[in-house]
Amino acid sequence: MTKKTLLLLTAFLFFLAVSCKQLTEKITPQAPNDDQTLDGPIDGLSAVEKRQFLAGDAAFNGEVFFSATGLGPYFVATSCGSCHAIDGKGHPFTTLTRFGQSDTLGNTFLAQGAPQLQNRAIPGFTPEHIPAGAAFSKFMPPANSGLGFIESLTDTQILSNEDPLDANADGISGRANYVSAPDYFTAQSYHQSKNGKYVGRFGKKGAAVDLEHQTVNAYNQDMGITSEYALLEPAINGLAFPYFDGVPDPEVSTNTVNNVVFYLRTLKAPVQRNPYDGDVLTGKQIFMDLKCSSCHTPTWTTQQSRVPALVGKTFHPYTDLLLHDMGPGLDDGYTEGTALTYEWRTPALWGLGLSKKSQGGGYFLLHDGRATSIQQAIELHGGEAQTSKLQFSNLSGSDKDKLIKFLESL
Amino acid sequence: MRNLFLLLFICIQFAAVAQVDYSLFRRVQKKDSTIKMNVDAVYSRPFLQIGKTPVALGGYVEANSNYMVTNGKTEGMSFQMRRLTIFLSSSIGKRIKFLSEIEFEDGTKEINIEFAAVDIELHPLLNVRGGVIMNPIGSFNQNHDGPKWEFIDRPISATTIIPSTWSNVGFGLWGKYAKNKWAVAYEAYLSNGFDERIINNAENRTWIPASKLNPDRFEESSNGVPLTTVKAAVRHRKIGELGISWMGGVYNKFEDDGIELDKKRRIDLFAIDFNTRIKNKIYINTEWVWAFVDVPETFSQQYGNKQRGGFLDIVYPVLNRTILGFEHATFNVAARLEYADYNVGTFNETGGNIRDDIYAIVPGISFRPHPQTVLRANYRYHWQTDLLGNPAARTAGFQFGFSSYF
Ligand code: HEC
Ligand code: HEC
Repeated sequence: MTKKTLLLLTAFLFFLAVSCKQLTEKITPQAPNDDQTLDGPIDGLSAVEKRQFLAGDAAFNGEVFFSATGLGPYFVATSCGSCHAIDGKGHPFTTLTRFGQSDTLGNTFLAQGAPQLQNRAIPGFTPEHIPAGAAFSKFMPPANSGLGFIESLTDTQILSNEDPLDANADGISGRANYVSAPDYFTAQSYHQSKNGKYVGRFGKKGAAVDLEHQTVNAYNQDMGITSEYALLEPAINGLAFPYFDGVPDPEVSTNTVNNVVFYLRTLKAPVQRNPYDGDVLTGKQIFMDLKCSSCHTPTWTTQQSRVPALVGKTFHPYTDLLLHDMGPGLDDGYTEGTALTYEWRTPALWGLGLSKKSQGGGYFLLHDGRATSIQQAIELHGGEAQTSKLQFSNLSGSDKDKLIKFLESL
Repeated sequence: MRNLFLLLFICIQFAAVAQVDYSLFRRVQKKDSTIKMNVDAVYSRPFLQIGKTPVALGGYVEANSNYMVTNGKTEGMSFQMRRLTIFLSSSIGKRIKFLSEIEFEDGTKEINIEFAAVDIELHPLLNVRGGVIMNPIGSFNQNHDGPKWEFIDRPISATTIIPSTWSNVGFGLWGKYAKNKWAVAYEAYLSNGFDERIINNAENRTWIPASKLNPDRFEESSNGVPLTTVKAAVRHRKIGELGISWMGGVYNKFEDDGIELDKKRRIDLFAIDFNTRIKNKIYINTEWVWAFVDVPETFSQQYGNKQRGGFLDIVYPVLNRTILGFEHATFNVAARLEYADYNVGTFNETGGNIRDDIYAIVPGISFRPHPQTVLRANYRYHWQTDLLGNPAARTAGFQFGFSSYF
């Protein structure tokens, strides 16, 4: 054997040996910092809870439905993760449309497939269309992180911010949407009913009472997946259900639904980036000065929860969970529950700065994604937020930048 | 149970081999000195002839270790028995040959008949082939034996767009003509084909390999319309070999029991492949594929109607001589660049580009103590972007493995 061969061989073996540990760490992609992702569990889960979280994660992000496993026949998307990529906000491709209700008296198009439009269908089926004369609105998928904290607030806490008659004369009222809870809903000690209705906390109009309600509806309305809680396929224009779909119901197990609910409940809250940056701190002050915080309530503390790790936790969602009149610009003529057509539930602002990572590199903000920048989202505020909006317009360029920098840090 | 039985069968086979007198086997010496092309790949493999019988035996094995990290998360190190393939061939008459290739993938998780066909040579330009054939689309599908490659993973586009190894029951014609420095070849087959699984699967994208999951595809066509595969190739001793191929047919069940269910929906794949050796040293091998699938418009754009991808392999033999007492040993450095876009198009809602693609770069080294045995080490880095174009999931890691004919 020549020296050269020996050298090469040694090099080969060396390559084998070192590439094991140290080198691997250097030349493989590193995990992003915790503040860069929305995924991951809250702290303090038990071993069993962690397993359930992982099972829910697998179902939420990994389980894709197709016709043989029950997708549709009429649907909007094929998995939870398709619309809530990496637990974040969606994209115009995954927005969904609701139609048929234009006042608080209820949806008059139920027989024509309302409220949700299933705008896609598996091969061989014709998708639903919006019936003539029905008001409709498009909904951009929101992020799903930190929802367990919100679910754990008591109704009393939420209602304490209501000011329906604007008693404090700040131009901002805010009220809860009372909705009929589904049959399978079990009220917890922190829920209060009013005339048999409950405070809605989730959804653009606050039409879902808890995460189970939202999840069961999502399976059913967004994917055409039946569960023990919702055994009928979603209603479709002109079709009496149950129509033929060839897959025995329920199409998703109760166990899976429970795991997904648990996953949502225990997804960590977004972590603020650069909270102590000078501009970010100034921006936050501007946010308070402009009364953005009157609706986008920065901080809450949980009192009780079904998950021990969520009890007594302070968190910063930047929402009051109440409905506000947002003016004619944002009035689509469609509504849900006791909300009016121009009323929207204040969306949480935490995680706002990570939106681009799930929205395909750009912003699609507000309920239907019409705003493609944070500035535009603010400028489209009206109604109760009119004063805040005008004050924003009067800010100097550098103050606007600081406010936006703060919002992006969330 | 079936797996157990098969395992037992293999063990017995090996036990038998272990006990027999090796003088019974002799290496089949290749007399044929014509220019080799991809079309010849099925037969240009090492075989052992059993005694004086017309039966020859061969095969290869492939195993590796895998350590991959995706965005900082890893499943750790694992060892993979990728595949064990056994060939059995026999000359029935002077111009009638039979060859079968049975593959055990990932242990015994998947057992496939990759090839089991009879060739009847009416004329060198007119051979009839029937049985389980490998559809001649691109070059990799036909020329996929592990020991021929310096890379542990099969090319992404050749396994996920062209669903290698893609073989079906069918029949057809092939021929080859060689003169001086030139050789030309053609192949044309009708076979069973794809089914609706390509747009009805848990991959959340048009996934052509999903049709391989159809357990009935060796018994009957999913819709009664044959899949056509045609390939033409030309080789010049110096310039290299260029192949163009097309495979197309109807994939959906458009009628059942005489009742029309849908219109006929087509899938068509076009491929170009090229390989050459520059200055008799640097080996270049590449294959590009374009797939067109008629996805119903009212279905989701999640399932794309166009896909494309390809790979480029470059292998440079640094040393080629006796190494460690192995005559004709080679030591190579190699690199693969590859890409697959599973959804070529733009969103109806925004007009923006639909991504769902993957890019990879795979540098590696390999040592061949014998031309038919390879020890290889690859570093792989790939970027996978979702449909919406969110930041790519980055995966990188090491693989070591070997592959050898036996
Ligand atoms: C078609 C896209 C789509 C799919 C699929 C989808 N969602 Fe949603 N999701 C949305 C939209 C849009 C909203 C806002 C709905 C509303 O306002 O009522 C939403 C809201 C939510 C919310 C409430 C968040 C909040 O802050 O109000 C949760 C929780 C949720 N989805 C969970 C799920 C789960 C679990 C699945 C799978 C079972 C799922 N989603 C599937 C689009 C989708
Ligand atoms: C009267 C209550 C109210 C006030 C005051 C208010 N907002 Fe909002 N904000 C809302 C509501 C409600 C929406 C959702 C509107 C929709 O979806 O159409 C919203 C949406 C947003 C969004 C888009 C969030 C998303 O995820 O799409 C941003 C950003 C935002 N507000 C920032 C601000 C800032 C900055 C201020 C102060 C200048 C402010 N808001 C003042 C109620 C308010």
